[in-house]
Amino acid sequence: MSHDEYQIHRAKILTPAFWVLLTLTVIGFALIAVRFIWGIGAVSNLSDGYPWGIWITYDVATGTAIACGGYAVAILIYIRNKMHYHPLIRSAVLTSLFGYGLAGFSVMVDVGRPWNAYNFFVPSQWQANSAMFEVALCVMAYTTVLAIEFLPAVLTRLQETNWSRARSFLEKYHGRFGLDTPVVLEKLERLGQRALWLQPKLDKVLIFVIVLGITLPTMHQSSLGSLLLIASTKLYPLWHTGFLPLLFLINCMFIGYSIAILESIISSYGFKRPFEIEQLSGLASITPYLTSIWLCVVVGDLVWRGQVANALRFDFYSAFFLLEFGLVATGSLLLFSKKRRQSPRWLFITAVLIVLGGALYRFNVYLIGFNPGQGWRYFPSLAELLITVGIVAFEILGYQVLVKLFPVLPRLHGHEEQAAVKA
Amino acid sequence: MSQLGHFFGNGISRRDFIKTCVATTAVMGLPFSMAAKVAEAAQAPDRPPVIWLHFQECTGCSESLLRANHPAPATLLLEMISLDYHETLMAGSGHQAEKSLHDSMKANHGKYILIVEGAIPTKENGIYCKVGGKTALESLRKAAEGAAAIISIGTCASYGGIQAAPPNPTGAVGVRDIIKDKPIINIPGCPPSPYNLLSTVLYFLTFKKLPELDDMGRPKFAYGRRIHEHCERRPHFDAGRFAKAFGHETHAQGYCLYKLGCKGPATYANCSVQRFNDAGVWPVSVGHPCIGCTEPDILFRTAIADKVQIHEPTPFDSYAPVDLKDKGKGASPVTTGILGLAAGAALGAGAMMARKLPDAEQPAEHGQGGDHEPKE
Amino acid sequence: MSQKSRREFLKLAGLAGAGLVAAPAVALASHPVAGANDEELGMLYDATKCVGCKACMSACKRVNGDYGSLSYEQAKFDPDKLWDAPQDLTGSTRTLIKLVKDTPKEWSYVKYSCMHCQKPSCVSVCPVAAMTKDKITGIVDYNKNTCIGCRYCQIACAFNIPKFQWEKAIPQIVKCDLCKNTNLKQKGISACAEVCPTGAIMFGKRKDLLAEAKKRLAEHPKQYVNHIYGEHELGGTNHLYLAALQFKKLGLPELKGEAPAEFSEKIQHTIYKGFIAPVALYGTLCFIAVRNMKKGNDHTAEQKKSDDGGDQ
Repeated sequence: MSHDEYQIHRAKILTPAFWVLLTLTVIGFALIAVRFIWGIGAVSNLSDGYPWGIWITYDVATGTAIACGGYAVAILIYIRNKMHYHPLIRSAVLTSLFGYGLAGFSVMVDVGRPWNAYNFFVPSQWQANSAMFEVALCVMAYTTVLAIEFLPAVLTRLQETNWSRARSFLEKYHGRFGLDTPVVLEKLERLGQRALWLQPKLDKVLIFVIVLGITLPTMHQSSLGSLLLIASTKLYPLWHTGFLPLLFLINCMFIGYSIAILESIISSYGFKRPFEIEQLSGLASITPYLTSIWLCVVVGDLVWRGQVANALRFDFYSAFFLLEFGLVATGSLLLFSKKRRQSPRWLFITAVLIVLGGALYRFNVYLIGFNPGQGWRYFPSLAELLITVGIVAFEILGYQVLVKLFPVLPRLHGHEEQAAVKA
Repeated sequence: MSQLGHFFGNGISRRDFIKTCVATTAVMGLPFSMAAKVAEAAQAPDRPPVIWLHFQECTGCSESLLRANHPAPATLLLEMISLDYHETLMAGSGHQAEKSLHDSMKANHGKYILIVEGAIPTKENGIYCKVGGKTALESLRKAAEGAAAIISIGTCASYGGIQAAPPNPTGAVGVRDIIKDKPIINIPGCPPSPYNLLSTVLYFLTFKKLPELDDMGRPKFAYGRRIHEHCERRPHFDAGRFAKAFGHETHAQGYCLYKLGCKGPATYANCSVQRFNDAGVWPVSVGHPCIGCTEPDILFRTAIADKVQIHEPTPFDSYAPVDLKDKGKGASPVTTGILGLAAGAALGAGAMMARKLPDAEQPAEHGQGGDHEPKE
Repeated sequence: MSQKSRREFLKLAGLAGAGLVAAPAVALASHPVAGANDEELGMLYDATKCVGCKACMSACKRVNGDYGSLSYEQAKFDPDKLWDAPQDLTGSTRTLIKLVKDTPKEWSYVKYSCMHCQKPSCVSVCPVAAMTKDKITGIVDYNKNTCIGCRYCQIACAFNIPKFQWEKAIPQIVKCDLCKNTNLKQKGISACAEVCPTGAIMFGKRKDLLAEAKKRLAEHPKQYVNHIYGEHELGGTNHLYLAALQFKKLGLPELKGEAPAEFSEKIQHTIYKGFIAPVALYGTLCFIAVRNMKKGNDHTAEQKKSDDGGDQ
């Protein structure tokens, strides 16, 4: 695999967007500190009837689906052997790494006794009947895999850098705080050499790590659906079905492709790079088939369980079901046209529709369609929402900063680069 | 109504005697079948010797004993125990009395029961209470040497009582703070019901051992439950009906006296059950809150009007409905507002971006560029 | 690059994914529930005997004061903290008496506490085995030293029994444990059953409780609704109810006889049995990926050769 396909995005790091995102991040994290000092009840509207709210529903269930860009693109490249999507892979992996890493972080914020999490590694405490057990171990493993998959970008940077920023920092503070510039510089050089040594070895085994990165999400994304199988008395029949694992799996795939498209278009637009239409139109041609299968399973399942009347009742639940169905169906229908698949505007619109519809499906299963009875109600509190926003802001912030530090985005060639500079 | 005359002349009737034993058995919380055993013990010819010492006290505990009816004091003194020394009740006085004390302690060494009434001052070697030229401290220590067991009657002997109220100028303490090597039974109260003492004595006579004591040395049959747990006004407490002030209508209604400072929730005693003077009365029943006289840190340590803390609250006298209507927390206007604004802004931004994005593919210049993608 | 059509890919994906994930859903028609274990311990609550004295609530708090970190709940109208006044089971209250009073003639008390199900959903979903069902006594117990506080048990319980301590910085889940570590250990009976003055709470083996319940239904049919709640609900529970009012009115939901855990475990096991499917999937994908890589390498080598040849 060539490492020349990628480049560092040479642009200012401290942009206005940076500061906005940083502010949101700081607010969110301050509230997380409040949560740890005064308890979950102090920052959230979670209750015994609704113990899972926006943090689990968005940060974990939906956020990981959105982070499935890496998964979806990896399948295309390495299993379907479409190597021309390869330039997309690093940005997809980085997004996924952030998505899953922060989903894990959100879980640590959400659970009440995080210090007992080591029990996942204590065999006597393993409880394999629980879908959550599988999700937890699988997500932890997948995050590690993503980190390894991102390593080549880091290693490349370590080899190619001349440490200019570090040098100027050291020159400023030489002698103070025990900083001995030559010693530190020597250590940094050695890092580069170690990276040089590690990279070919990593390249040899990377394919097996990558395939693991395709197997794991297949397992845990379907298990995210399995989590709600137990709630047969609480999840509204429009959504409670034995097909939940399958539906969640396909759902994460089409969200994955759509988010890859969305993220690429927004990146190109924001960083003033040309749109990667050729790859994106390819992705966009797969998506409608996936969504069609998903929609068929949904409809078939409803018919088989006799829930079609419920779906058309136009009450609260029916409305949300039809909305989720409508968003996904509309976005997919639009994508059957080749012309639209090559238009950045329509790629954007359809991707938004499909991501919204797919995300709404997860919201419906985890939250909106979930009714424990006995008069319980739930709506997130402002602090709860700000924590979620803070975590997402941190994710976008991190992505923005890292693409400017490491070779992640696809390399532009000659005229493309000129066009970008001119823009 | 004194029955002394009846008892003095003719002895007690069998029926009255048995009635006494049954009543005493009940006070001790023993099953009725044990009454026979108690009767047997009370009739035993060898009456155990008892020495009763008085120190810093008001003699109220002795007076309380004299108000008992079953057994009446005479029966107790003549038929059940051999009271060898009691400054208020004994016939002798002066040197004669002291000789009785000395002789009894010598003759019954190791076998007599020592009953102490009143606190013992300890400051300046205990000079603040002297009887017959000896300080209370000396007398107690000497008497305790040969005692089989010590009963501290009243709060003063148990914990120090009113003498020990701050600033405790005489250094008054209870028996337990001085004697450490003998079994001590505390029968606190100001005064305690005489039947607490009488039952303890009869228990000892019957079973030749001490009744079960709590961690403050008080017999559990009398001091095992809080007043709050067996008070006739408890239903008023549970329902939230309180007397607001003395003389107020709620007071006249007989409501709970908690807000007037009743120490019942923190006081272990049997006043509400045993009651006093065989007239079925106790402080709360006549409208005065319990002052916690059996507890070392309530009587004379806290104000009578001070409310006491409830440590193990019990449920209130009403029921939650099955359908609680709205549980959990729903949307707040502020949050929904902000969320709505944010969602609107996001949709707007998305729409704007969709408009700004080019509709068609870029010009064909770098349509070829894609083919120059490097191979892996 | 292989021109294998989209159709083939979809076939492959469809077969692999659907086979793994859909088959158990289809196969699961009505799976028979495993036989109930009647030797397990439980309680029979007879609402017609209950007088609403709440001695059970007091006893429960007293006994669990140190052990289960229960605290007393202050009512809004009670600034002096005189009473314990929970409105519902909470992170401080393990059992509760409520009153249902439709009309002065139609009323009943009802006691809530853990149902100690035969096939508990909470035990099935707990990822770290903090919720466990004792093999002999059948008691569903909670271990806070293992619990991560994920609250999946709250999602799973159809009776909404496990409660969480939202207001604490160090929270835990709280629910009745049949006094397993307290009164049951010391005196062989749960505190609430021990203290009940009317015998409304009967403690014992499920078979004895069922026999007694059936006897009461047979002897006084007019006094009761002819149903033992918990006999079959969700596969059977060890906490049984008899009442004079419809159970739904008492806040006890109408439930089917199948335990939800049977349904979800069947699907989970079918997919992951022996970990065969994931390993097989990984193996297959590795094979395809490595083969694709080799194909790609050959293609590059050929292109390079032709490029070099072209440059000559």
